[in-house]
Amino acid sequence: MMFAVAAAGVVVTMIFAMARALMGPNVYNRILAVNVFGTLSVMLIAIYGFVDGRPEFLDLSIVYALINFIGTIAVTKYVTFSDMGHGDDGDPAGDI
Amino acid sequence: MEMILDIVSWVLITGGVIFCLIGGYGLISLKDFYARLHAASLIDTFGVGLIFIGLMFQAGFTLVTAKLILILAFIFFTSPTATHALARAAINHDVLPEVDTEEERELVRKTKTTTQGTP
Repeated sequence: MMFAVAAAGVVVTMIFAMARALMGPNVYNRILAVNVFGTLSVMLIAIYGFVDGRPEFLDLSIVYALINFIGTIAVTKYVTFSDMGHGDDGDPAGDI
Repeated sequence: MEMILDIVSWVLITGGVIFCLIGGYGLISLKDFYARLHAASLIDTFGVGLIFIGLMFQAGFTLVTAKLILILAFIFFTSPTATHALARAAINHDVLPEVDTEEERELVRKTKTTTQGTP
């Protein structure tokens, strides 16, 4: 029961994030909203595993967390440089 | 003992969900991109942290807890990195924060020129 309530709260937050992704004024707002949506889906999968009594779903959570990070960095880099193979040109902060 | 663990985990999970809802509300109601980054970081730190620690109390000392710690540590390291990359990309592409006074505007211009990398 408790897990169902928690899952419902996470789903409501996902709706908020999706609303921001749809109405965001520029591409950075959309990337931010999709990043938050990914984090929330990691949480939702973890909670759903407990609702169902099968916490093996956590393996899927791990994969989602990995893909979420890589995807955010990749899309940000592509939007910024229009190129995935951009060098860092001696920039101390790296190429991201 | 069982009941104490249940109560602790319920309090933590409820707190995490409340943080998530606050962050989501901030995501749609705040006016500025950088303010929205702030709201999103609320979900990435307190929301995820409290909910996953609450789930750990439910799981006990099993492999499930190890996996939860793994996910939590990964999100704790990667989420600030992604936020930093996003903020840096945004300020280099002329998405400036909305400020009120002239000196704050001056500060924004200075920050922009120091973070300006290659275009």
